[in-house]
Amino acid sequence: MLMNLFKFKGGVKPPTNKTQSLGKPIAQAPIPSRLVVPLHQSIGGTPRPVVQAGDKVLKGQLIGEADGWISAAVHAPTSGTVVEVAMHVQPHPSGLDALCVVIEPDGKDEWIPREPVNYKALTPEQVRERLQQAGVVGLGGAVFPTHGKLTASKTVPMEEMVINGAECEPFITCDDLLMRERAEEVVRGIGIFRDLLQPKRVLIGIEDNKPEAAAAMRAAVQAVGENFEVIPVPTLYPAGGAKQLIRVLTGKEVPAAKRSTDLGVQCFNVATAYTAWRAITHGEPVVSRLVTVTGNVHEPRNYEVLIGTPMDELLKLATPHPDTDGIIMGGPMMGFLVPQPDVPVVKATNCLIAHSDRLFPPKAPEMPCIRCGSCAQACPHELQPFEMYWFSRAKNFGKTQEYHIFDCIECGCCSFVCPSRIPLVQYFRFAKSEIWAREREKNAADQAKERFEFKQLREEREKAEKAEKLAKAAAAQAAKKAAEAAAAAAAGDTAATSPQAADAPAIDAEKAARQAAIQAAMERAKAQREAAQPKNTDNLTPDQQQAAAEIEARRAAARLAVPEAPANEKSE
Amino acid sequence: MFAPAPFLLKDTSVSQVMTQVCIALVPGIAAYAWLVGPAILVQLVIASLAALLAEAAMLRLRKKPLALFLSDGSAIVTAWLIALTFPPLAPWWLVATGTIFAIIVAKHLYGGLGQNPFNPAMVAFGVCIVSFPALMSQWPSVGLQLPLVDQVNVILGLAPRIDALSSATPLDALKTALKLDEGAFDVTHLLANQDIYGNFAGRGWEWVAVGYLLGGLWMWQRKLITWHVPVAFTGALVAVSGALWLYNPAHFASPLFHLLSGGAMLGAFFIATDPVSGCTTPRGKLIFGAGAGLLAYIIRVFGGYPDGVAFAVLLMNLCAPVIDLLTQPRIFGMKDAGKGGKA
Repeated sequence: MLMNLFKFKGGVKPPTNKTQSLGKPIAQAPIPSRLVVPLHQSIGGTPRPVVQAGDKVLKGQLIGEADGWISAAVHAPTSGTVVEVAMHVQPHPSGLDALCVVIEPDGKDEWIPREPVNYKALTPEQVRERLQQAGVVGLGGAVFPTHGKLTASKTVPMEEMVINGAECEPFITCDDLLMRERAEEVVRGIGIFRDLLQPKRVLIGIEDNKPEAAAAMRAAVQAVGENFEVIPVPTLYPAGGAKQLIRVLTGKEVPAAKRSTDLGVQCFNVATAYTAWRAITHGEPVVSRLVTVTGNVHEPRNYEVLIGTPMDELLKLATPHPDTDGIIMGGPMMGFLVPQPDVPVVKATNCLIAHSDRLFPPKAPEMPCIRCGSCAQACPHELQPFEMYWFSRAKNFGKTQEYHIFDCIECGCCSFVCPSRIPLVQYFRFAKSEIWAREREKNAADQAKERFEFKQLREEREKAEKAEKLAKAAAAQAAKKAAEAAAAAAAGDTAATSPQAADAPAIDAEKAARQAAIQAAMERAKAQREAAQPKNTDNLTPDQQQAAAEIEARRAAARLAVPEAPANEKSE
Repeated sequence: MFAPAPFLLKDTSVSQVMTQVCIALVPGIAAYAWLVGPAILVQLVIASLAALLAEAAMLRLRKKPLALFLSDGSAIVTAWLIALTFPPLAPWWLVATGTIFAIIVAKHLYGGLGQNPFNPAMVAFGVCIVSFPALMSQWPSVGLQLPLVDQVNVILGLAPRIDALSSATPLDALKTALKLDEGAFDVTHLLANQDIYGNFAGRGWEWVAVGYLLGGLWMWQRKLITWHVPVAFTGALVAVSGALWLYNPAHFASPLFHLLSGGAMLGAFFIATDPVSGCTTPRGKLIFGAGAGLLAYIIRVFGGYPDGVAFAVLLMNLCAPVIDLLTQPRIFGMKDAGKGGKA
């Protein structure tokens, strides 16, 4: 099979360090003493807990119910007793905690009744619903609920489905071993996705440093009788990034502002396809995943690990060297040191690397940027990292956006090649989070302003109503007087007068008073509006208006008496 | 413990980069010492010492870590470029003054490493040629066989500066001859009959230029520089000199002469490629290089200075920020899908 591949610019070739963990087949990690299962393990809504302390649960039993369409259910990884539903530290660099279901295993590992289903008998809606209920999410690391990606666009025909088996990060080998050992189930899982999305072609991209995996996949494709194309792609980090792999296989470039489906492409990880197959045809929800345990350990290996397993217990299986001083979750390019060793393995955990200074020497001191441009040459999104660095450093966030900071995928290529040892990605994360924070502040300020204006309006209305009531009372008084006078006159006169004659002036007076009050209120409101809005902001460009609004927002948020200079002021 | 990703880093550093630039200068320096005179080695030492002293003093004043920044190698690169562009028998204090000015004013007063808008070595050259035009124009006559000791004595001011030391550069000699004897000579005749000219350009100097070319190609192969600036610089120089040469070969020297004369090769590979003061975008580098090559030709042929590379680079340094701003590359996903190289 000969196929033209495309190139993405940039990329780096870090030492792959994959052979260490490839020596042995996948092993089943033992059931740990305690499982801490976070409820929020995917992008989207946080599942609601449906169990409480003391409940007995079976393996695969629902413990967290999907909240909304973009959300995925969470299940008990083994049978046992729920000890508590409480906050625990998450495997996230922030070290924040979140709601978890803690389960004490009973050691029986007893499944719920599983019902195998032939998915071809199901409607597409039913398949998607089952995937959601089984907690199937993208296992490449993004953990986006898979069912949310399986609705074909009505406007753009689905041309290619890209299956990501590239696994470009150094050290990680779990997808490699999955493809070697369970290729057929992966291929069948891909078949489910294919049936739902009906793409013209299915392209399975595997980096060319995994010939065994590619061969196994090819054999499986043939055995199952599919027409999927297994394509070795050049080993170049980050070829396994979804956008990079799509580029390499299809030549299409997905910009930050678009989804791949807009270009007729959808991308799934091989492990996701595998879990989808298990979920649909075996009725097994996602309660475990493959994790590479490697780095500063005696016996690097891949394990099938129950979700919720404390990382330190898992790491012990591989016998870490005594100088291990931390655990990296994920690869060495994009991973992070977990805040404490006992945080749980989650669906996003593809790799644990025991950290030591021997393996990853401490970074040399940061030097000034010499604008050598290595970062720009390495950036797979063709950004100018050193420019974004200057502006992030200067907190000139408007400029960072002009240099497309939100197109940055934080792959780390720029930091990898920087001779000045500048942690560029950190600067970009900082800038992004600042921009988000300001956006939130601005929204909050806008809401506050809206509330304030509404309050003013309401007070005006109340005033007007009060004035109206007073006017009515006055009119009634006048009418009464008039009626009395009329009665007196009538008593004087013998002729009977029509009731209208007495009422007419009273009604007129009432109307006039009400109108006067409304008029006065409208004029006051108008005066107030004008006072509140200085004239010089009337003819601003949208940019200036936005800048002004941002200043207002920050001022409001910070309660500053002195106006601050806008950070993203445009030089015009 | 806090250490952000990536945990793996490429084995590289500023001092490695600077060291490699120095290594790339070695072929040119070797040819220089062999064919023109070993005095250049003394000048390299003088310039290096002056640069390190000035750097240390400024780091001290600015309360920056001394060891970290002194070892980054950037001051040495500046020093070497200064020594290589100054006349080899210039008095020691001239080289030292130029170097100190470059480090203190052109580098540290603008914020130090990575912050200087102008190439420090070219600032030194510019300042000295404006302040000491006579000394900066005295190049040793070819075939002057002074022993190293005498050369050092000249540099240190212990021996008198004799006439033989103060010849003009091949570029300058050509300009002067053509001006004095309008119509009487032609370039081919001059080059063939005057002693200071070799096979292609200045005798000896042409091989120094070839040395720089080799070092430059090595830097390109090591990815220390990209092809853009050298190609644009030499391309522009060849284009403009070639056009005028074809128009009147009796009056204008050939492109080859210009490529191998003066600071053209040093400028194309080592000076205009300075990332700090130059352009950084691919298209920007092309404009920067072409502009520098064109200006260098105009200044060296029609201007009053012996060579134009220094002023050409400084003028382009001025334009670099604007060029960069206007030549920002389009990013991933913002161009036609399907376009681009195929593997």
